[in-house]
Amino acid sequence: MNIVKDLSSYAIPALFFVILCVGLYRGVKVYDVFLEGAKEGITTVLRIIPPLVGLMVAVGVFRASGALDLLVYVVKPVADLLRIPKDALPLVFLRPISGSASLAMLSDIFNVHGPDSFVGRVASTLMGSTETIFYTLAVYFGAVGIKNIRHTLAAALIADFAGIFAAVWICTKVFGG
Amino acid sequence: MLNYIWFAMLIIGFVVGIMNGRVSEVTQAVVDSSKSAVEISIGLLGVMCLWTGLMEVAEKSGIIRGIAKAVRPVMKFLFPGIPKEHPAGGAIVMNLVANFLGLGNAATPLGIKAINELQKLNPNKDTATNEMSMFLVLNTACIQFIPATIIALRSAAGSKNPTEIIGTIWVASISACMAGIIAAKILSSFFKAKSGAKKGLENRLGRRKA
Repeated sequence: MNIVKDLSSYAIPALFFVILCVGLYRGVKVYDVFLEGAKEGITTVLRIIPPLVGLMVAVGVFRASGALDLLVYVVKPVADLLRIPKDALPLVFLRPISGSASLAMLSDIFNVHGPDSFVGRVASTLMGSTETIFYTLAVYFGAVGIKNIRHTLAAALIADFAGIFAAVWICTKVFGG
Repeated sequence: MLNYIWFAMLIIGFVVGIMNGRVSEVTQAVVDSSKSAVEISIGLLGVMCLWTGLMEVAEKSGIIRGIAKAVRPVMKFLFPGIPKEHPAGGAIVMNLVANFLGLGNAATPLGIKAINELQKLNPNKDTATNEMSMFLVLNTACIQFIPATIIALRSAAGSKNPTEIIGTIWVASISACMAGIIAAKILSSFFKAKSGAKKGLENRLGRRKA
């Protein structure tokens, strides 16, 4: 499973290499264009701040009050059955519903357990391999007025579950449980 | 949807906090969390700017168009109902490639264009076609080449190796994507386009917001 670790460290340099070489070859002013795009990063981050404040306060209150411990205690049998680390389970629930809420939950997990803990790694993998299903379906089907969505939600949830199991499995293999 | 979740988390938190006698901890959490939210966002800034900058170069270099051309044969298998040279095919590929590269801002408008084009091919305007379902499943189970936000968040949280999860994310999201494709292909024959079943579910879904 070392190859998964190696791929992780080569991915970013390789991408820089390819993009910059192709860019220069095609006559793109790479540095100027880079600066132009980097500005967009600032607006993206500024846009995240209000929802992150709101949701991290909610997650913080939920944790500090002991309500999160209660929830984790209640769902622990399910987590054990599916072999998901119990502290990552709240993220599993929130992920398909809201991107910013799961981002808040993820940073809460990082704060409490650390990003390099097993839970932190599983949570990172979960976050990256599953998506906000309900929001995406609502936006796209809403845009064209589809009422009967047929098997879309079922198929998307199957994909979500597959992602969860695969995330836990590969993290156990690569990082050790 | 989020209105209820946010409300419930706060109210349940306050009530449980009072019952547990942890009111002062809860109060502290309110202050600390809002502070930490801004600190995290600031921590994200560097990686996010680096990333959107690099992706701008990728876009201007025509790399997105290049990938779109390369994956055309796969498209034929996934979306058999789209005629050759129809604009729906192009829009779908561009959207998926933008998702793949993590260009969230570019992906959504392309996706809206794609679903509009798919709707033009739809004989039954209020019912999803197989192509629409496949497109949305791929959108919700898309492989991200570099999960920039998560890397940024990990590095802001002080990770020793923020990028170590790239490989595991690839494995997990390829699994999700494969399962989604197979599920969409198999289930499409069980949910015939004409049936009006499952109405309640769609109505509820229609009201859901982020």
